[in-house]
Amino acid sequence: MKRLLAVLMSVVLSVSAASAWAQLTIEISQGMDNPTSIAVVPFTWAGAGAPPEDISAVIDSDLARSGQFAPIARTDMLGNPSTEAEVFYRDWRSLNAEYLLIGRVSAEPGVLRVDYELFDVLRQTKVLSGYEQGPATDARMLAHRVADAVYEKLTGVPGAFATKLLYISATRVSGGKDYSRLTMSDSDGARPIVLLETKEPLLAPTWAPDGQNIAYVSFETGRPAIYRQELATGRRQQLTNFQGINSSPAWSPDGRTMAMVLSKDGNPDIYLMDLATKQLTQITRHYAIDTEPAWMPDGQSLLFTSDRGGKPQIYRYDLRSGKTDRVTYEGSYNARARVSQDGRSVVMVHQKDGRFHIAVLDLVTNRMQILTTTDLDESPSIAPNGSMVLYATKDADRGILAAVAVDGDAKFRLPAREGDVREPAWSPYLAR
Amino acid sequence: MKILPVTSKAIAILFSAALLVACSGSDTKEDEAAAAAAAAAAAAAAAARSAQGAATSAEMARLEEAAAAVGNVFYFEFDSANLTSEAINAVNAHIAVMHNNNANIRLEGHTDERGTREYNIALGERRANSVRDYMVANGISSLRIETISYGEESPVAYGSGEVNWAQNRRVELKPQ
Repeated sequence: MKRLLAVLMSVVLSVSAASAWAQLTIEISQGMDNPTSIAVVPFTWAGAGAPPEDISAVIDSDLARSGQFAPIARTDMLGNPSTEAEVFYRDWRSLNAEYLLIGRVSAEPGVLRVDYELFDVLRQTKVLSGYEQGPATDARMLAHRVADAVYEKLTGVPGAFATKLLYISATRVSGGKDYSRLTMSDSDGARPIVLLETKEPLLAPTWAPDGQNIAYVSFETGRPAIYRQELATGRRQQLTNFQGINSSPAWSPDGRTMAMVLSKDGNPDIYLMDLATKQLTQITRHYAIDTEPAWMPDGQSLLFTSDRGGKPQIYRYDLRSGKTDRVTYEGSYNARARVSQDGRSVVMVHQKDGRFHIAVLDLVTNRMQILTTTDLDESPSIAPNGSMVLYATKDADRGILAAVAVDGDAKFRLPAREGDVREPAWSPYLAR
Repeated sequence: MKILPVTSKAIAILFSAALLVACSGSDTKEDEAAAAAAAAAAAAAAAARSAQGAATSAEMARLEEAAAAVGNVFYFEFDSANLTSEAINAVNAHIAVMHNNNANIRLEGHTDERGTREYNIALGERRANSVRDYMVANGISSLRIETISYGEESPVAYGSGEVNWAQNRRVELKPQ
């Protein structure tokens, strides 16, 4: 009863759109050296009233944010073609555009349809055409899907724009407890929705591989506990209520098991919970701190952080053999690993000269590369296509989100208009 | 799932809270209920003291004053859970009080913002455990001590730099 009262008083489950404070804005800090030049012409609108969204502006912004494209400004365009017959290649060659994207948006009752065509300006040929459709409320998602298709056609790698982010945003309350909010937004920070609000800390938001469920740690009862929440319904379930630490939930790639950190037996160790039976299996037994489990994509081993060697380093536990190997040797502090979908790149927090940066370790070449230049970088999360790493950092003592390409070339920042943001978690690819 | 024991004191507080809610808006009744709860708590504490037959009330007042003077926050070095000599002096003052009452306490471990959040949750727990273990080694029952770690999630000072970080690397002792 005590717990129930606490929950009722301190937690607001919400599916409402967040107000302006939670809105993230985008600042592109750095692009690639030789980005591909593309003209995204404003799409025509054939429907009643004003269009629900500037579809081509969303596509333009997605491509620019990747750092791999340099979109041409609308004001420089010599015409606004929306059909192939209206395309004059010389107009676009004179602007040094390598590619041209045109499109049309139409609306039937309840359904928005976006038709698009992509042209190679130098070869003067159409290289891609297609359409996306869905409810008008999902107009931005349709735009992100068009951007995904264009990105894949021109880079050979699937796009990850039609994905979501989870993050924690906090409002400082001087002399009191901060407000914490678990927020979900589009991959560009737009359309933030507050999923949970409490005056106690929230941390470690993470996605189920199905993209439809999430898990996180909430202190809302006065003690930490792991919760699972279904996005479509807001229905949630408390998974743990052990003495001590209940933390670091991480879904296995098949979605059946959750790795987590519990200190119920004295000090933090990694456990696996069978989500159907709730049965626990302890997989590390060490008096050191073992924490931050991350699954390898094949589900056969887990990376985790341990200070069993004196300082925190990344280790790997093999589920079949039960053996543990040390993974990182470079530097005195390597923690909180996250693995790319191809299983090759491990991003982590790496300390150098007293500063905390995001670094990437190539498991094939064993080469470690530091990706960021700021001081207090943490919580790296890789896009499902492996292109970008989103992470949290500080800017003038405020928590902001930032992203860097895995190859280190492109960078952008997602500061909130107000308050602190932290612990980004990039969703997997989402089902349509 | 482990069900945490609910002490009779917690039930009493809940009960008086329920009373307060039931007496919607009547100041007099609220005051009466609060006064009754306070009187009951004072009586229980007095009974506990006389049962133990330890310090006289004058001695107890002196011990409580000493504990209040050192404060209820103990500070730590970076990435360390070892008690500094200053922290040991402060904890000793609280141990002296706890030998003469039977109140329960909660130890809340915290870290500065450096390092990863989950590792800091573990480090904060180590700090809280370190104070607990020292208390237990000095004769305080572990059943009277609850520990919790907030890691870096609940800073006292928001800014970066050692001045702020030093304030955040702490264990806070709170009455239960």
